[in-house]
Amino acid sequence: MKAFTYERARTPAEAAAGAAGNAGAKFIAGGTNLLDLMKLEIETPTHLIDVNGLALDKIEATPDGGLRIGALVRNTDLAADTRIRRDYALLSRALLAGASGQLRNRATTAGNLLQRTRCPYFYDTDQPCNKRLPGSGCAAIGGYSRPHAIVGVSDACIAAHPSDMAVAMRALDATIETVRPDGSTRRIAIGEFYRLPGKTPHVENVLVRGELITAVTLPPPPGGTHVYTKVRDRASYAFALVAVGAIVQRDGTGRVALGGVAPQPWRVEAADAELANGAAAATRRLLADAKTTRDNAFKATLVQRALDAALAQARSAS
Amino acid sequence: MKNANDGIDAARRDVLILGRDLMIVAPATAMAAPAALAAPELPKPPVRSKVSFTVNEKAHTLELDTRTTLLDALREHLRLTGTKKGCDHGQCGACTVIVDGRRINSCLTLAVMHEGSNVTTIEGLGAPGRLHPMQAAFVRHDGYQCGYCTPGQICSAVAMLEEVRQGIPSHVSVELTAQPQLTADELRERMSGNLCRCGAYSNIAEAITEAAGSRV
Ligand SMILES: Cc1cc2nc3c(=O)[nH]c(=O)nc-3n(C[C@H](O)[C@H](O)[C@H](O)COP(=O)(O)OP(=O)(O)OC[C@H]3O[C@@H](n4cnc5c(N)ncnc54)[C@H](O)[C@@H]3O)c2cc1C
Ligand code: SF4
Ligand code: FES
Ligand code: FES
Repeated sequence: MKAFTYERARTPAEAAAGAAGNAGAKFIAGGTNLLDLMKLEIETPTHLIDVNGLALDKIEATPDGGLRIGALVRNTDLAADTRIRRDYALLSRALLAGASGQLRNRATTAGNLLQRTRCPYFYDTDQPCNKRLPGSGCAAIGGYSRPHAIVGVSDACIAAHPSDMAVAMRALDATIETVRPDGSTRRIAIGEFYRLPGKTPHVENVLVRGELITAVTLPPPPGGTHVYTKVRDRASYAFALVAVGAIVQRDGTGRVALGGVAPQPWRVEAADAELANGAAAATRRLLADAKTTRDNAFKATLVQRALDAALAQARSAS
Repeated sequence: MKNANDGIDAARRDVLILGRDLMIVAPATAMAAPAALAAPELPKPPVRSKVSFTVNEKAHTLELDTRTTLLDALREHLRLTGTKKGCDHGQCGACTVIVDGRRINSCLTLAVMHEGSNVTTIEGLGAPGRLHPMQAAFVRHDGYQCGYCTPGQICSAVAMLEEVRQGIPSHVSVELTAQPQLTADELRERMSGNLCRCGAYSNIAEAITEAAGSRV
């Protein structure tokens, strides 16, 4: 690990301004992703701004009937909140399907959204990787690509976004609230938060240097039956090969988002419109522009089957 | 492991780096050597920072390299070697300790982030002669083979029972809103963050089940 200086932030605006004024600065929240990457020298910040002391750890009702989740609410506390369990079960289910009890006790809402890919070549500093070292190439294209993405990919990068929580947030139409280095705040719809890799896979979202996430808000409860189906290589403590987050109403309409198959939580409006017509119809829309490799072509079939299973579970529950 | 060099002083690290480069360039032309000598970037001197926290009810103030994980602070600085380092990357659970009532992986958190924290390690749960019920149950059920994962398993299990008591659901809970019961499925899912390379899982599960029964 490279040496770094360390400070505890006192206010969100101060943290943002401090981070913007120091090219080597990074925020640290739970640390469960950042420290992992720092040990491997994939991330090499020279200054860490610890945001854990900022009072951003509450879940509050919003005037419109939704919830505002502080950026530092731990994954365990978010999954266990009685309002989330009752009205946004998809979010509880997605969180509980991720990582381990120990990790969820530390991992935060903002850190989870910003966790980086699990592409094995991204982790291996001896391999070319455009995300880690822009312009060096992509070892996964033409290499081992079983866990990689099949939609939204580019010739520069085919990495999948690893978060389970983000899939639920995408289906729930969450909004990300931030404070910028100049002290101004903004709200970013999660559908506009992540950037596709294109030619710049190292740029993963629309945040500017120093911009701090302060909260994630949820609109009023969507109703319906909530199902999160995660397919992975072992029953627990593993990242998704394919994940399906679905909210299904009694008449069969609803929304669906996918994990494990794209560089960001994946939702397609045209697929939501087809949901009542079954898994095959919706999958055709979700994977319309899919670009698979020999190793990960199985994911296309798996998406349809996982969605079919999720819809069946929703029908039997309602 | 990259961080094997952490903590050695700057001068010594220079020598190591120069030595390695020289070995590589030696067979090349004589001209290459001076260029290689100039190349290595000087490592930054380690940055130190003070932190105070309580471990097993004893207050400690340490001055540490900011890079020191809570795990290394416990093992290398406080000599509490009961907590184990398995993977150092959050993947095995051997380093599990209880911080402010919650189990966490001590390898993925910095010591300096724990100002004011209350840490409990395996040494703090119990000791020979006054074992914690979970420790006694592991002994009774032979819940280990080599024992390397055991401190992490036990700390994790103790905190896990508290999570169940608090009504925190799990991935396998059928009803999200009901009070969870510690069924065999629930136990396995909730303990999945602790790997055992010896595969002592069935005895571990029996030990935890017994300890849960004696406590609830
Ligand atoms: C073994 C293992 C298994 C895992 N399995 C899963 C899994 O199955 N599913 C899953 O979804 N996840 C999984 N994870 C990942 C885990 O969910 C993430 O590591 C965690 O959510 C990151 O949150 P954090 O608070 O620890 O982030 P940190 O590591 O503290 O930060 C991550 C990034 O976010 C930035 N950041 C943090 N807070 C803010 C803020 N407020 N504003 C702006 N930037 C910020 C940091 O600078 C950093 O770049 C696993 C992790 C491990 C180690
Ligand atoms: S898929 Fe992306 S992250 Fe993986 S090696 Fe290629 S560029 Fe790097
Ligand atoms: S040593 Fe911390 S999880 Fe393996
Ligand atoms: S007893 Fe050997 S690793 Fe668990």
